[in-house]
Amino acid sequence: MNLPFYTQLINLLAALLLLLAFAMLTQRRILSLINLFALQGFVLVLSTLVVAYSTHQSHLYYSALLTLILKVLFLPWIMHRLIHALNVRWDVETLIDIPATMLIGIVLVIFAFNLAAPISQFAGTITKSTLGIATASILLSFLMMITRRKAVSQVIGFLTMENGLFFAATSATYGMPMVVELGIALDVLVGSLIFGVFFFHIRETFESLDIHHLEKLKER
Amino acid sequence: MNIASGIVFQVLQSVLVVLIAPLMLGWVNQCRAWLQNKSGAGIWQPYKVLNKLFHKDAVLAHNASHLFRSTPYILFGCMWLAVGIVPVLATSLPFAPAADVIALVGLFALARVFVSLAAMDIGTSFGTLGARREMMIGFLAEPAMLMTLFTASLISHSTSLATIVETLGHRELVIYPSMAFAAVAFLMVLLAENARIPIDNPSTHLELTMIHEAMILEYSARHLALVEWASSLKLTAYITIGIAIFVPWGIAQAGDWTGMLIAIAVLVVKLTLAGAGLALLETVSAKMRIFRAPEFLGTAFMLATLGMLTHFLLER
Amino acid sequence: MELLLVLGVPFAGGIVLGFWGHREFAPELNSGMSLLTFLAAAVLTVHIIAGGPILVWHENFFVDSFNVFLVALTAFVAFTTSLFSRPYMRIELNHGKLSPNRLRLYHSMYQMFTFTMLLALLTNNVGILWVAMEAATLTTVLLVSLYRTPASLEAAWKYFILCGVGLAQALFGTILLYFAAEKVLGAGGSALLWTHLYEVKDQLEPTVLGLAFVFLLVGYGTKVGLAPLHNWLPDAHAEGPTPISAVLSGLLLNVALYAVVRSKVLVEGALGTHFAGHLMMGFGLLSVVVAAFLLSRQKDVKRLFAYSSIEHMGLMTFAFGMGGALATFAAMLHMTVHSLTKSAIFFTVGHAAQKSGTQIMDNIRGLIDSNPTIGWGLMLGSLAILGMPPFGVFASEFMILTVAMHQQPWATPFLLAALGVAFAAIFGKVQPMVFGTATAKRLPHPPALIPVFVHLAIVLLLGLYIPPYLAEWYRQAAQLIG
Repeated sequence: MNLPFYTQLINLLAALLLLLAFAMLTQRRILSLINLFALQGFVLVLSTLVVAYSTHQSHLYYSALLTLILKVLFLPWIMHRLIHALNVRWDVETLIDIPATMLIGIVLVIFAFNLAAPISQFAGTITKSTLGIATASILLSFLMMITRRKAVSQVIGFLTMENGLFFAATSATYGMPMVVELGIALDVLVGSLIFGVFFFHIRETFESLDIHHLEKLKER
Repeated sequence: MNIASGIVFQVLQSVLVVLIAPLMLGWVNQCRAWLQNKSGAGIWQPYKVLNKLFHKDAVLAHNASHLFRSTPYILFGCMWLAVGIVPVLATSLPFAPAADVIALVGLFALARVFVSLAAMDIGTSFGTLGARREMMIGFLAEPAMLMTLFTASLISHSTSLATIVETLGHRELVIYPSMAFAAVAFLMVLLAENARIPIDNPSTHLELTMIHEAMILEYSARHLALVEWASSLKLTAYITIGIAIFVPWGIAQAGDWTGMLIAIAVLVVKLTLAGAGLALLETVSAKMRIFRAPEFLGTAFMLATLGMLTHFLLER
Repeated sequence: MELLLVLGVPFAGGIVLGFWGHREFAPELNSGMSLLTFLAAAVLTVHIIAGGPILVWHENFFVDSFNVFLVALTAFVAFTTSLFSRPYMRIELNHGKLSPNRLRLYHSMYQMFTFTMLLALLTNNVGILWVAMEAATLTTVLLVSLYRTPASLEAAWKYFILCGVGLAQALFGTILLYFAAEKVLGAGGSALLWTHLYEVKDQLEPTVLGLAFVFLLVGYGTKVGLAPLHNWLPDAHAEGPTPISAVLSGLLLNVALYAVVRSKVLVEGALGTHFAGHLMMGFGLLSVVVAAFLLSRQKDVKRLFAYSSIEHMGLMTFAFGMGGALATFAAMLHMTVHSLTKSAIFFTVGHAAQKSGTQIMDNIRGLIDSNPTIGWGLMLGSLAILGMPPFGVFASEFMILTVAMHQQPWATPFLLAALGVAFAAIFGKVQPMVFGTATAKRLPHPPALIPVFVHLAIVLLLGLYIPPYLAEWYRQAAQLIG
């Protein structure tokens, strides 16, 4: 049970990532949600740096920088501006009460760990067991998107899911090829800009960001 | 190991902890006062209160039974035993075999049962209300506490606190991600069990929200003094358990006198920091509604469980 | 060279129209760009058919007969749709449903959308494939929400969230694929290149690839509109502008299915079992049945045909899932004829809805009186999509059913029942729309109906006679992925 130091460090960061994903799941206020999201991005940057340093994958430094700019500084900044402009700092309403959400979350984590267990053993990388954590945080953000009512928190859920994916990419495979990563970053950036524009339109049209207004189109 | 020096260590530790427990409480209160821009009562205030209370005449309700009168002693005894067996200063003490984490939780549960029974003994409505709330918190906090401790025991393959400390503290540094979860969960349990904000506010007697204070309303004089002392002991016990599990570095082996001196110095630093941290935490958070308490403790339980899961995933 | 044109023209078009998309000549410019793309695609196709697969630009682009067939189809339908959209969008502008700025956005995004689809088809890198699919989603989200009505915003939001989440799963699948490939091919760019993966497919770790395929299928399957992940599809079709409904149904779904099929080839190779195919068959069959039974409940004409698209995509997924030369051949034929027919139907439906000022079927009546061409177009298109002989859909559906009867006899009753139900539902609804008492008014611009009849003519032709070079082409492609 003596893992190399970097592996331990990455494991710790992975655990923090999962912890933050859980914290976001139980968070009621949008403002704290955004801060947690930024924090998660920061943990992601740290873990990418550790992987980059310990495996001498220089292109990972770029993706860490990209993540830092995009997910730690830019997107949270945009979202702060947005919720300020839209004045939606109030509490988040959840569809399922929070203890139940957490129970489901635990089940998802167990499921994810089991899912990843057979795969992890093929990983020769120093970060092999983090795949389960990545899967778990993806599923948790999925859960968050399902249980949240407000458009903003759904988007944060979506971006958190992207964080989980990015973590999976860095930890399991030392990052995707640079072209792909740039493409993904571009898509995320454009996607979030469109989200931002959408918020204004939705609010203009429905005078609220509560997405239960968006349930008119059903099978009649 | 030298049995005599072991006993000396054990006695030294027990006495020291009992003596500094009110100081700990005073320190936390003083820090809170500072953080709230007040001058505060001074860190020696709890001793003055205890002194005052011991010199008063006890008043008992007419229908108070033996249970009511004996509870403060049982409570104090339980807590003293608890801090006595936790490896605060040194491991491998004569009492160390008793420092099983499950036994510890049982000890706290025993104290809780007696306090609640005593609170209901007089038959006032506040006592019953407090007892009921205390039991609710207790039954949620205990599993979370156990889960936290199990995470630590999984790592050290033992439920004995002394072994845990030796595994975690006296070997080379290994980072355990699962302990991050366990630490957060433990902190939440600590807050709930010691009637701190956000679950309970130790400094008010606001009838709608109080839990711990509601149970001990009927106590006076030396009984009250013992109860108060016991609660400061309980706080110290929890903090020292936390220290033993999460930051065990510096705890001496029994019989090692220089180690002992270092251990005392380190302990003072740790307790000072822990108290200040606790005060800070209490200042920045708001008390939650009593109905939120299950959610709070539920979260603690989830985190502890997650810690165990993470252990299985990452550390095997 | 042609490849550069195929990708460069729509990309440049997107930028140019981003500046001039609101001008008087923009619709013509849009069509012109699409025509250029189509011509380039046609030249590329001829090259590939004659000279075999090519790999260009550091192996980042790969064209074989399977994807060149889709490239040609995509460029063609994008071109005809741009012809259709010319009068259609002018009328929308006159009706005041759009501002010139929105029209600019529309034109620019139309070209960008074409670009992303072509990029997805042509790239050899499964990572870029994902990026292109996501970009296609983003552009269509903007297109679906073009009218900014509450309903269109809702549809776009749903589309965005569902497909965003879906594609996130696909990205995870891609990561897992890379994870497996890296062990064999080493880290770096080449481990995501499809051609390299194809060569070593039997060395890839089966457990990982099995899991990766589940994620890929769920991810891209959301985009294909497979049940139970189809919720976004009818909304997006109904609330967006009709040309967009046409390209969504006719093209985007195909591209998503293309991504699934490419992954399936790798996974089947690695696993050595029929796991991926069975999964696809299950999802496909479910989609066919679910969509067929939801058809009869529709009131909105565009929703009706959107469900019909789900049904047909399900059928194709089923056919690709069965595998084998004949089923794959049939699936590709079905892809072609479905694209052509469905876009033709949307063209007529668009004009019919514009004439009546509503998309509710009860209020659209008597098209045959008010505008015989639209009426006949819709009638013939519906008959074609329902699989009436002699149209091409009949031929492909017949082939799929025959293979199914041989290989998966248990599935045939479901398929037959679903097709029957679909027939009853669609025919029963289209018939009064075409032959009822007229309610419509005149439109300010003459509708562009040439594309409709061109499409239907090709479909008819394919039903009666498949030219030998085309059959050869399909056979080549079927061999590649069979």
